[in-house]
Amino acid sequence: MAKGIVIDIGKCTGCGYCELICSFIHHGEFNPLKSRIHSSVFIDKSMAIPVVCYQCEDPWCAKNCPAGAISIDKDPDGEVSVVTVHKDKCVGCKMCTLACPFGCIVVSDGYAEKCDLCGGDPQCVKVCRSGAIRFEEAHTNVAAKRKNVAERLLGSYQEE
Amino acid sequence: MWYGWTGNVLRVNLSQPLVTIEVLDRPSAENFIGGRGLGVKYLYDEIDPAVDALSPKNKLIFTTGPLTGTGAPGGSRYMVVSKGPLTDAIAESSAGGAFAMAIKYAGYDIIILEGKASTPVYLWINNDQVELRDASHLMGKTSTETEIAVIAETDPDAKVACIGPAGENLVLFASIMSDMGRAAGRSGVGAVMGSKNLKAIAIRGTNGVKVADNEAFLKAMMETYEAIDNEDTEHFHQHGTPSVLALVKEFGSLPTRNFQTGVNPQWGKLSGETLSTTIATRHKMGLACPACPVGCGRVTKVTNPEFAGEGVGPEYETIGLFGSSCETNDLDVVSKAGFICNEMGMDTISAGAVIACAMELYEKGYLPERDVGMPLNFGNSQAVIKLTEDMALRKGFGKVLADGSYRLAKRYGHPEFFMGSKKLDFASYDPRGLQGMGLGYATNSRGACHIRGEVHDLTLYSVQHWRVTIDHNVGPVDPHRWDDKPVLAADVQDWFCIIDSCGMCNFMFFLTLNEDHARALIEAATGIDMGGHKGLMKTGERIFNLEKLFNLKSGLTVRDDSLPKRMLEEPMPDGPAKGMVVHLAEMLPKYYSIRGWSPEGIPTPRKLQELSLE
Repeated sequence: MAKGIVIDIGKCTGCGYCELICSFIHHGEFNPLKSRIHSSVFIDKSMAIPVVCYQCEDPWCAKNCPAGAISIDKDPDGEVSVVTVHKDKCVGCKMCTLACPFGCIVVSDGYAEKCDLCGGDPQCVKVCRSGAIRFEEAHTNVAAKRKNVAERLLGSYQEE
Repeated sequence: MWYGWTGNVLRVNLSQPLVTIEVLDRPSAENFIGGRGLGVKYLYDEIDPAVDALSPKNKLIFTTGPLTGTGAPGGSRYMVVSKGPLTDAIAESSAGGAFAMAIKYAGYDIIILEGKASTPVYLWINNDQVELRDASHLMGKTSTETEIAVIAETDPDAKVACIGPAGENLVLFASIMSDMGRAAGRSGVGAVMGSKNLKAIAIRGTNGVKVADNEAFLKAMMETYEAIDNEDTEHFHQHGTPSVLALVKEFGSLPTRNFQTGVNPQWGKLSGETLSTTIATRHKMGLACPACPVGCGRVTKVTNPEFAGEGVGPEYETIGLFGSSCETNDLDVVSKAGFICNEMGMDTISAGAVIACAMELYEKGYLPERDVGMPLNFGNSQAVIKLTEDMALRKGFGKVLADGSYRLAKRYGHPEFFMGSKKLDFASYDPRGLQGMGLGYATNSRGACHIRGEVHDLTLYSVQHWRVTIDHNVGPVDPHRWDDKPVLAADVQDWFCIIDSCGMCNFMFFLTLNEDHARALIEAATGIDMGGHKGLMKTGERIFNLEKLFNLKSGLTVRDDSLPKRMLEEPMPDGPAKGMVVHLAEMLPKYYSIRGWSPEGIPTPRKLQELSLE
């Protein structure tokens, strides 16, 4: 199964390191507004939640792109699957931004841009010390969640 | 072309009112870097250090460093530089958080506030659109209330720094609060803001920060990040600064009963581990400052109805002063006192210290109960909470406490019970068990500060390889030895001048102590050559000496480089530091000589020439 960015809600400290490195790698400046991953900080609740492109299996952005500029690219081993914008075809019409339900594709400097998983080595993951964003097979995370629930049930189950 | 720095200074004259944007002075930027250094340079050049700190002639300068707003780990600090009303010395109070980033993203390195508004105002900076707005409806509001109100009136993305009621009431140790729980705490910078009738500053910035050499910066940034990812910071990551308590206790330096002893048998009730397993919420951790892989901040919730509350903190110093020095030995009480200080906008160290000082005066019979209005024995938790609230509002006996412990002890005829230096209260370390801390307390520019020359950290964290100007290997630093401390103290003080000026958090460095990382980051960001290790340390020394010149001109003398009688003459009664006093008389002459200062602690003309400060 393909690897992707997996978010562990509750672990994020809102440090925004992911945003800083993303904007620097892709735009050559430190500017959270130009990042492709965003950690929304709810300061009064002491919570922060990162949001980034989930690399849909059947992406709305691609389906709605009139220029056919968005495709799903897979690496030869099938380990990484990434929804990719082809700059040579993109006309900057913003249909993708309307279609994406997550707000994870934007038009900047005339072209659509979104998380490209840094070519299979996402830099944001490297600087996430708390482990809130990880690069792994999605089902690993789901399986871990199931196990977590099972453990809680186990804790509440008391044999007479 | 400016890299790292934005190259812009925002100057707001509150009296006129007039807003101007100036070009940052390039030689000053190169010689003083930013933050603390650049702040003291501008302040020294622009005000007479002898002015009354609460008069319109004093200025309040918010500064950032070239690394603020970048991905340098912990690169989210701002520094508030002014003349301190508590100390009558240079005041430099730092906080981390999104507010610091916003200053840079709005396009400024420095914000200079001068004069005094005729009515309460707040400053709204939306990139290059700057306006002063009426704040009369915000007066009396707590820091969180103010922040929420200002964000609602300006922009959801605005970042806010403000004062609470304590700043409005000119409590001499009032802080400036930002990002709902971060504090530029010490020396009373909040009172300076209050004296200017400035309730808050809101900033929205949408620009980025560019660096001179992207490739070199990324390399330095990742190397620093990896160096920080170690066991010591993991402790901070897991338990926050309260984890320090267990280390300090090992050296018998945990202040107890207003520093009457450094041994508190009940320390376990106050430790970081206890906090993590009791009142800490949100998976133990709070929100981190931007760009910080450590995230020392805590969020706690107290359910005990008597001290119920929820908020940011407490951090180690709050626990040390309110918990151990006041001998409440109860994290519920400490947290409640901390919440009050945050909401009212007060330094938790000085607030806890003034109560501990009052407790000792009371127990020894020098402070009558009729003055306080209640019994004030050590450990009286109800009194601690009541007096913390009252001092912020200058109500009842709180009016006396609001002027700090130096003035309190003097007022009741026993100045020797003030535990601090240069009228600034000691942080939560008894220097008798940590000689380097003693010398630091006595000589740090802003007074008895724990984060301006952290020689004690070499001991606490068993650092054996510190690049002292003379010798690289210091081996295990014995906290009870004093002969090796003058050279270490001078060197560490110069080094902290650099950290406090570059825009990064000193928590990135006292655990790893690698100045090469800082230099590589500063050079890659700004494109200037710091002149190797020697040049870097020379810059630090220049900053430290300029602070000294400011203090001398404001009227401080060699007598202010001192410690309370208790530290110098009363041996520690028990514990690992039993029998120790601070050997200041032995250390100080050697320290002055290493600094190139006269025996009166005045920089010699030759030293000033060497540092281009004449």
